[in-house]
Amino acid sequence: MKVALRNGRVVDPASKFDGRADVFLDDGRIAAIGTAPHGFVADHTLDASGLIVAPGMVDLCARMREPGTDGALKVESHAALAGGITGVVCPPDTDPPLDEPGLVRMLRQRSREAAGARLYPLGAMTAGLGGEALAEMETLSEVGCVAFAQTGALPHDNSVLLQAMRYARTFDLPIWLRPVETTLAGRGVAASGAVAGRLGLASVPDVAETVALHTVFELQRSTGARVHLCRLSSSAGVELVRRAKREGLPVTCDVGIHHVHLIDVDIGYFDSNFRLDPPLRSTRDRDAIRAGLADGTIDAICSDHTPVDADDKLLPFDEATPGATALETLLPLVLKWATEDKVALLDALGKVTNMPGQILREPTGRLAIGAKADIFLFDPAAPWRPEASALVSYGKNTPFSPYELIGRTRYTLVGGDLRFARK
Amino acid sequence: MPEFGRHPQLNRNGELHHLLSIEGLPRPILERILSTADSFINIAEREVKSVPLLRGRSVFNLFFENSTRTRTTFEIAARRLSADVFNLDITRSSTAKGESLLDTINNLTAMQADMFVVRHASSGAPYLIARHVAPQVHVINAGDGRHAHPTQGLLDMYTIRHYKRDFSQLTVAIVGDILHSRVARSAIHALTTLGVPEVRAVGPLTLLPSGLEQLGVRVFTRFEDGIRGADVIIMLRLQNERMKGSLLPSAQEYFRNYGLTPEKLQLARAGAIVMHPGPMNRGVEIDSHVADGTQSVILPQVTFGIAVRMAVLALVSSSQRMH
Repeated sequence: MKVALRNGRVVDPASKFDGRADVFLDDGRIAAIGTAPHGFVADHTLDASGLIVAPGMVDLCARMREPGTDGALKVESHAALAGGITGVVCPPDTDPPLDEPGLVRMLRQRSREAAGARLYPLGAMTAGLGGEALAEMETLSEVGCVAFAQTGALPHDNSVLLQAMRYARTFDLPIWLRPVETTLAGRGVAASGAVAGRLGLASVPDVAETVALHTVFELQRSTGARVHLCRLSSSAGVELVRRAKREGLPVTCDVGIHHVHLIDVDIGYFDSNFRLDPPLRSTRDRDAIRAGLADGTIDAICSDHTPVDADDKLLPFDEATPGATALETLLPLVLKWATEDKVALLDALGKVTNMPGQILREPTGRLAIGAKADIFLFDPAAPWRPEASALVSYGKNTPFSPYELIGRTRYTLVGGDLRFARK
Repeated sequence: MPEFGRHPQLNRNGELHHLLSIEGLPRPILERILSTADSFINIAEREVKSVPLLRGRSVFNLFFENSTRTRTTFEIAARRLSADVFNLDITRSSTAKGESLLDTINNLTAMQADMFVVRHASSGAPYLIARHVAPQVHVINAGDGRHAHPTQGLLDMYTIRHYKRDFSQLTVAIVGDILHSRVARSAIHALTTLGVPEVRAVGPLTLLPSGLEQLGVRVFTRFEDGIRGADVIIMLRLQNERMKGSLLPSAQEYFRNYGLTPEKLQLARAGAIVMHPGPMNRGVEIDSHVADGTQSVILPQVTFGIAVRMAVLALVSSSQRMH
């Protein structure tokens, strides 16, 4: 199968290429960019006039609700395609948790059958995510887990974290952690500050994040383990990561796209669409996150996609399930940030393509000759509203539902296979 | 988009349709409630203790959290306005049986409820209810989590106005567990809206929420400094579960530092009044000599509370549809 993508603007953050070019695909791989290979006759041609041709986005955190809800993986991985995402890292906080090889094999099998975005499962770092006994990390990595995570917060017991990092270091496996010290976070549902104080919501102080970061860095110094930090939220946290990187610790980090835009004030009158985890913080924290993205302290942006049943949002703020649907809004929200902060498109897309690819150490998120053709094409000027009817995902709740967003995916190809085309 | 650009409490004409929080209400509405309460204050002394303002209307007291006292005062207020009152004690276990909060509300609306008086353990729960009820139905917040207790705030204002007349010259100190107190939050919003020049929050750092100054209050950690020269002292109830643990070491140490005794009351301005939302912990936040003393207005607060709640019920029920 030979495919030609003609007349588009090609943007490839890995090679810093941004210009008008045709892209030629052959047998699921990128055969050429610019001039067609000798004797190339396309079986299929996509007209990319007015569109941007970019490597498919790689999302470092999206909950697919499987295992747990049969059939959800298919829906969510197609929602990913509709959002221009060709690779999805799914965290192990499923039901049951991804802590044994059989489950991971089954999930990957279902992912192949779903023919949506590629799936990169994270294995549980501890059995049942219980934070006590180590999971079979090496075996899990054999069956396809890209890294090992303790979701939600650091384990209660620091000695477990220390041993997990030592064990992971033995096999050079990366550990992914949410920098949350659970006793300090308590049962908070909003960030500490004037808004939580005024609304009378139990709050999470930013020391819950900074104490966790100090712990992680200290254990890294002791073990040498590779760590990826998931969803940083505070200004003080960004500064600690900046210093750790300067020191040379093997650490990377990401931020959720909502935290690039929203602050605690947006909660308004207890709007549960703004109940997120980590909770939204102040303007100062959001500005620090943006500064961290600009100077490279924060390597990547993820959607932190969490489909929540509508009924689980129609509850008082502190009882509502945290999270928002985000696979399909990731692109326009990245573009919105780029426009607001005057970030070049190459750099903005880099945070959702080649940087996540590098963190995963997977050959994805770039348009290299010979690489798998995971590509998406989008209209950078198309306006739309992320209302329920416009979304593929089961999750319909987003803080952005009343807003018009700019930028929408038109086509998504995975391994050269056109898996999504918007009518 | 449930609340985009819509006021949660006022209708298009600017009338009070729901009472959810004092925050965001304009001063004239607060003043109107207080003056309406004036007209109800004498009803209790009449032989016939009711007026027919709400005849034929159904008021549902919906208490998801127990509070005999507040529920009773709302019930008395509604009955004095001739409303039909229904008390539903819905503990958390019944929501655990599977019926969601909004299902409960929809069922009761189908029974032709005109007004819901809601007490709930979650901050903001009355906002959720108010967003989903039919446009002719009213919601009154009778206390939500740590967030607000607006009728308590209003009865506190009524009491202060009764004894001090003019808000514009006062120093008011609110003392105790501000962090967990909806009474404190409502009092702060009411006092700042009515133009009290100095509102103080007094307590140990473990019981003060962060960002408190942004509500327009001066924060004091030493009790003596906080009440010095005050015209009004509002003592907050210390919940039993706070008395031992990581927030406070003991009730005794709390009383030593923050308990209002006759000696400490000397620091306040002469003629200062002492208020408390009740129920009191004598010997924890307040000494009995103060609670029962000449400067205490704690019992009049309860009496005024009925008139203020009558005023709120009467005013919201006279407003036009929400949208």
